[in-house]
Amino acid sequence: MELLDFARGPALAAALAIMFSGIAWRLFGIFRLRNQPDYSAPRSTALWAGRLRGIVSRMWPHPEFRASATLATTNGYLYHLGLAIIIFAYPPHIHFIERLTGVRWPPLPEPVFYIAVALTIVSLFVALLYRITDPVLKLLSNFDDYFTWFVVMFAVLTGMLAIEHPFRPGVPLPPPGHPLLVTVHLLAVELLFIWLPFGKLAHAFLVFVSRGTTGAAMARRGARP
Amino acid sequence: MTDINSQHPLELDAPRFSVRKPEARYDKQGEKPDAERVQAALLSFIKDCSRPIATYLESCIHCGQCAQACHFYVASRDPKYTPVWKLEPFKRAYQREAGPFALFFNAFNLKPEVTLAELEAWQELLYDSCTLCGRCTLICPMGIDIAALVGLARHAMYEAGLVPHELWAVAERAEREGSPLGATAKVLKERVEWLADDHAIEIPLDKPRADIMVTLSSIEIMKYPGSIVALARVLNAMGSDWTLRSDGYEATNFGMLSGNSRWQKDSTLRIINAAIACGAQTVILPECGHAYGALRWQGANMYGKPLPFEALHISEFLAASVASGKLRLRKLDKSLTFHDPCQVSRRGGATQAPREVLKALGVDLREMPASGDFNWCCGGGGGVVTIHRADPLRYRAFEIKMRQIDATGAELAVTSCANCRQSFDDGQAHFKWGRTMGSLLETVAANLAGQAQ
Repeated sequence: MELLDFARGPALAAALAIMFSGIAWRLFGIFRLRNQPDYSAPRSTALWAGRLRGIVSRMWPHPEFRASATLATTNGYLYHLGLAIIIFAYPPHIHFIERLTGVRWPPLPEPVFYIAVALTIVSLFVALLYRITDPVLKLLSNFDDYFTWFVVMFAVLTGMLAIEHPFRPGVPLPPPGHPLLVTVHLLAVELLFIWLPFGKLAHAFLVFVSRGTTGAAMARRGARP
Repeated sequence: MTDINSQHPLELDAPRFSVRKPEARYDKQGEKPDAERVQAALLSFIKDCSRPIATYLESCIHCGQCAQACHFYVASRDPKYTPVWKLEPFKRAYQREAGPFALFFNAFNLKPEVTLAELEAWQELLYDSCTLCGRCTLICPMGIDIAALVGLARHAMYEAGLVPHELWAVAERAEREGSPLGATAKVLKERVEWLADDHAIEIPLDKPRADIMVTLSSIEIMKYPGSIVALARVLNAMGSDWTLRSDGYEATNFGMLSGNSRWQKDSTLRIINAAIACGAQTVILPECGHAYGALRWQGANMYGKPLPFEALHISEFLAASVASGKLRLRKLDKSLTFHDPCQVSRRGGATQAPREVLKALGVDLREMPASGDFNWCCGGGGGVVTIHRADPLRYRAFEIKMRQIDATGAELAVTSCANCRQSFDDGQAHFKWGRTMGSLLETVAANLAGQAQ
């Protein structure tokens, strides 16, 4: 079996299996624990509304915190949006997802994709620079932070390398490029899939659980979620 | 425990009441071997790990934004005061012993074991430099309730016998005498008789039946007795059927602040049982932030079932009385700024109640640059004001508060927490600051409609 076939076949299946079972196990580890009953008289019983408010209201820092939190938040949004565009709007990725799920959608114009890649790479480097220079972030950071950064950046950079021809307006993207580079990119993405449930990338799903938990608890008290 | 009084005598003449033992960087209680202390701490923390707690412990993305919300970090710029860092040994213990991947972390020693030296070093971070104000919770993009986690970590520290001794001593005194500051039932009775005589006002004590049972903070009893008179003025003016009870008057809960759940429960049950004994429909909590959280939000859980009465902070009671027309106030033609007690506003959900009262007083309310739910803490909550070695850091944090209040240019500053007031009094004395923090209740009592000023 060629390495590319391995990356496209058994390695991808194994990575996805590990990712989904890891996510399930991590969530099970949380939800298996008891939720202590709260006998206090609630100020509000609209707890689902509180959960939603908790999820939505923390998407952007409140004006009181904007002076300190806006730069980090904006930079975070840049690479999150950039990654979303790269993953869901680049034709080969749409094709890849279609192969797995049968679902497809039209891609965004190619210039948008290239701008997204550039912004993602720059903002990821800004995030790393911030992490290694800011005293608070330096103190808090551990292997998870740096390895997660590496895993994401590795997937993005190998993806860039796998595109053999630079973008030319009006010219359709060529078929998959050099097999070895595509293979390395696939393996890099599979490493990301495997790492996702174990490290801080898990915030992709934990963010809803955590914000929702506090949103409901604060709604119960009639406090800001 | 008989030597507590001699080892840690109360300093009743100091600007704020407490005992002094500032020399040690960390304190220890009991004679347990080191390994047992660590074991007790970690077992306690893991036992407390419910679903919400595990969610929070799994969710931190190390963004560091919580630092910018913490007055101790902002005042010092020392990264160790980053709120979520205060949980680091406990996060590690959870991941190693109880998290979904504990087997993996433990087998490969990826999360090293927590040591006693770490817990000792963390005592300062969990007690001296955290007021449990919850501002960090509000900024966290993952919504992690860091203040709640610090509360649980304090349980663990208590079990390890690693509580700052001054805080431990007042908590122990509260358990033994019913009050952390020597405001025993006998002292209360004497104070009430003295205040009733001195101010020619009726202050009912130990009525067998009453609609309303009033509780106090020992800080009010010992330092701000004017609050008791103010409370009596307001309730008597409204014609309320009320009483103080010598078997359940102390609303502060130093068991909760020190991390001793058993003492917390004892303090809470004293109030609940007294209220049940006199058939109170309403229990009024005093101008004290943590007392509100202890009964309003944690009381029923200590009791194990819903409370058979309504628990209201005094500011909520005043706001409701104004709204119903039972309480009529004279206009106060002054500019005023209000300091929100964290546990009543941000953590308690009663942010608007004092503002409704102030609106009824007709004051020119000048909000601070960050106010209401976003208010900066006075720096003395969570038991911090009792810990003398924390003073230098607390004073630096207090400077934020002074700047905020000065920026409003308001003639008056009031709050609805006696603990905040004593932190302000202490800061005022330290900085020779020309502002005095007043009481919302006393301001209301001084401006009752139809009564001489």
